[in-house]
Amino acid sequence: MTQLISDNNDWSIEKIQAFDLAIGEIAEGYGLEIYSNQIEIINAAQMMEAYATIGMPIGYNHWSYGKKLIQTEQQYQKGYMGLAYEIVINSNPCIAYLMEENTLCMQAMVIAHACYGHNSFFKNNYLFKSWTDAEGIIDYLLFAKQYISECEHRHGVEAVESLLDSCHALMNFGVDRYKRPYPMSASEERAKQQQREIDQQRMINDLWRTVPKALAPGEQPERFLKEPQENLLYFLEKQAPLLEQWQREIIRIVRKISQYFYPQKQTQVMNEGWASFWHYRLMNDLYDQGKIDDSFMLEFMHMHSAVIAQPPFDSPYFNGINPYTLGFAIFNDIKRVCEEPTDEDREWFSELVGKDWLEQLKFAAYSFKDESFILQYLSPKVMRDLGLFSIVDDDREPTIKVDAIHDEQGYEKVREALAADYNLGNREPNIQVVDVAHRTDRTLYLHHTQFNRQPLAANTDVMLHHLQRLWGFGVHLTSQDPTGAPVIYTAGINESRQATRDTAII
Amino acid sequence: MSQIIDRRLNPKHRGQVNRQRFLKRYRKQIKAAVNGAIKGRSVTDTNGGEIITIDPSDTVEHQFHTGNGGVKQRVLPGNDRFKAGDQIERPSGSKGQGGSGEGSASNEGEGDDLFQFELSRDEFLQFMFEDLELPNLVKRHIDGVDTYKPVRAGFTNEGIPGRLNIVRSLKSAMMRRIAMSAPYKRELARLKAEYDTKQHTDEVTEQRIKGLEKKIAAIPFIDDFDLKYNLVLNEPSPTSQAVMFCLMDVSGSMTESTKEMAKRYYMLLYLFLQRNYEKIDVVFIRHHTTAKEVNEQDFFYSRETGGTIVSSALKLMSDIIDDRYSPDEWNIYGAQASDGDNWNEDSLTCVKLLRERILPNCQHFSYIEITARDHQALWQEYSGLAEEYPHYFAMEHIITPADIYPTFRKMFKANQEIV
Repeated sequence: MTQLISDNNDWSIEKIQAFDLAIGEIAEGYGLEIYSNQIEIINAAQMMEAYATIGMPIGYNHWSYGKKLIQTEQQYQKGYMGLAYEIVINSNPCIAYLMEENTLCMQAMVIAHACYGHNSFFKNNYLFKSWTDAEGIIDYLLFAKQYISECEHRHGVEAVESLLDSCHALMNFGVDRYKRPYPMSASEERAKQQQREIDQQRMINDLWRTVPKALAPGEQPERFLKEPQENLLYFLEKQAPLLEQWQREIIRIVRKISQYFYPQKQTQVMNEGWASFWHYRLMNDLYDQGKIDDSFMLEFMHMHSAVIAQPPFDSPYFNGINPYTLGFAIFNDIKRVCEEPTDEDREWFSELVGKDWLEQLKFAAYSFKDESFILQYLSPKVMRDLGLFSIVDDDREPTIKVDAIHDEQGYEKVREALAADYNLGNREPNIQVVDVAHRTDRTLYLHHTQFNRQPLAANTDVMLHHLQRLWGFGVHLTSQDPTGAPVIYTAGINESRQATRDTAII
Repeated sequence: MSQIIDRRLNPKHRGQVNRQRFLKRYRKQIKAAVNGAIKGRSVTDTNGGEIITIDPSDTVEHQFHTGNGGVKQRVLPGNDRFKAGDQIERPSGSKGQGGSGEGSASNEGEGDDLFQFELSRDEFLQFMFEDLELPNLVKRHIDGVDTYKPVRAGFTNEGIPGRLNIVRSLKSAMMRRIAMSAPYKRELARLKAEYDTKQHTDEVTEQRIKGLEKKIAAIPFIDDFDLKYNLVLNEPSPTSQAVMFCLMDVSGSMTESTKEMAKRYYMLLYLFLQRNYEKIDVVFIRHHTTAKEVNEQDFFYSRETGGTIVSSALKLMSDIIDDRYSPDEWNIYGAQASDGDNWNEDSLTCVKLLRERILPNCQHFSYIEITARDHQALWQEYSGLAEEYPHYFAMEHIITPADIYPTFRKMFKANQEIV
């Protein structure tokens, strides 16, 4: 007879250690590869601070983090929101914050969820493996904080702050979607940063060097960019003519951090689903081994069902699809299909039927991102269970149309629509740098490619000013309204000089 | 094996810097909110902070996103009624949740609530008194009792082990060793030189050399009296102290609401002084035809009737200054509130008292007249003083409670000119 780890629900460091050991043993039995864990116990105030800096354990200073902190505190104190039980950081060792207010049962669940679930996801998913550097991130954040505070000393808090404002505004446009950046350690980064400074100083920017020559008749001016650039921050860092070296470095820091978080944005459903699958599994195994008792298990089930609850679309609590629910359902279903397939499953997932569930599950978790994961694994059963249906809101139609529901005709469509929902490329407008008027007034030309005739939001003018602040000269963005008519946003372009701009642009 | 670290005792307020950055950035809005709050609430209630609301649209962090329009497709859970091809009415108000799309709904979701937060008391006062300044120099005086500051004062031979200065002690040990061994070494050198030149063994000399070497070796490496300690002295640190005289007319013409307004003014002044001085005495003087020093309770709440002779209060004030608050040691502030009533002949006496006995000793003297009526003699006479002593004497007119704070700000606006 194995023994209970604890006969009451108060936690202590020793008990957490015992749970971690027990859970770790089971996880090892499943062959979950993880980074070593660093479990940190923090209190509510520290948790809110961690919230405010989007979980970065070391963050540079900026008013927006203060704003988030104030908001979190306010909502927490008013009881509008509970705090997460944990925050986990994709680093090696994997840092997990546990709240001191948690009961022992919660701590155990959180350890299973974060320290084994998320942790193994971070270590093995292909996006994290190829796009983030768990070894170097803490060092890099430290470097970033030091560098930025140094800049504040040298150039003033205000100058740094306004620069960061603009960088943050463009943060989602600071990622390479297809090119893999090189991971770097902090010391390498520092050395490289110095080298970059020297190089850039030596290099005379193309924008300054170009003395316009008269064009031969009929000759088109050469485009500044051979191809459009979607990574706006990268472009600005490298090409903005007036920026000083430290400004480029700060743009780079924001870009790097954005890049680091990019895989997390792309794998929300999978990441939470995977972690939930494992906390459910590991806690049940603990129960089966007699290490936790009924009351413990009841509390766990209560929390677990709260975590994976999905309010229906017409509920006042509805706030989009709960990634925990969706992910948990899909992973569970993969296991079911492997072990107890129905005829429907045989038709839809012939490649899974009868296979080893653990192997299939790991393959699914490690080789996809949300979009492709849903496209690959969302089964008719899960769609039926969740009652998923797809609606189309076309502003040319008088009503919203139900496009497809969870039935024979609709499965494929719903699945594709849901996958498309998780395609970050559809969520954010597609805006690219297309050209620079390098022969005249150095205006930066951008183009917005419409998706489903969706126009840009009302704040686009503000965004143009952020772009202009970084670029240093006029900025010009072409877009379209829902009817397809061209819309042009500009900032900092002297009207009288517009006539002299390069011909043949866009 | 996981590592478990208890971080609960780590220094808190990692987020304080960011909070201050936020407050600084939205200074204008917060300032406006603070001003509004002061008008609305009684200033006596200054122990708490203040809930500040700022327009959430000011604090939005912008991102590129898509607006309303075009085709939006969305997958929702919990279908219990729809079939493919069903038409749904578009929710009225184009920003409705149903179908207007993710873009606006999710991105502005958090901004829907008012942006409200609480300023701590210190932060509140900071905003309240921002860019205000106490006029005239601040005298500092050694109060004798209040505070001592430990200061380093060289080294001493006696002390507690915790203050042992190791470098000093070892240096002094070395000095002692060198000094004590010097005569032996000199003798030894002489003997050895002799020994070498003579080229033969000499029992006696050998003995002496050995003896000397023993003596040198016997000098202790460290001795009690080598030990040096850091000397720390308690230096009295000067505290700045101020006395605030509250003068108020309590004659029959002063109503409760007038007194309430006066009280708010005194509270503001008190809070303001508190930020600048460590120690503040408050003297309450009320007067009708005669003046009396009273406690706070009586000052504000006991009611009397009768005529008004303002000079009686001024006279008492200057007597108390002479008696208890030497201008060399105290920063003196006077604040007088009245509805402007006075015996006509008395106003001249007041001005004379102020000019000769009070203003020369005062840091600042302010007069507020709380009345909706026309000014009377006292105001006319004081006006001359205000021109004569622009940096020491200020007077303002208050009609409603909302005037108090703006008036206060006007009087203490930072540095009109430096005196």
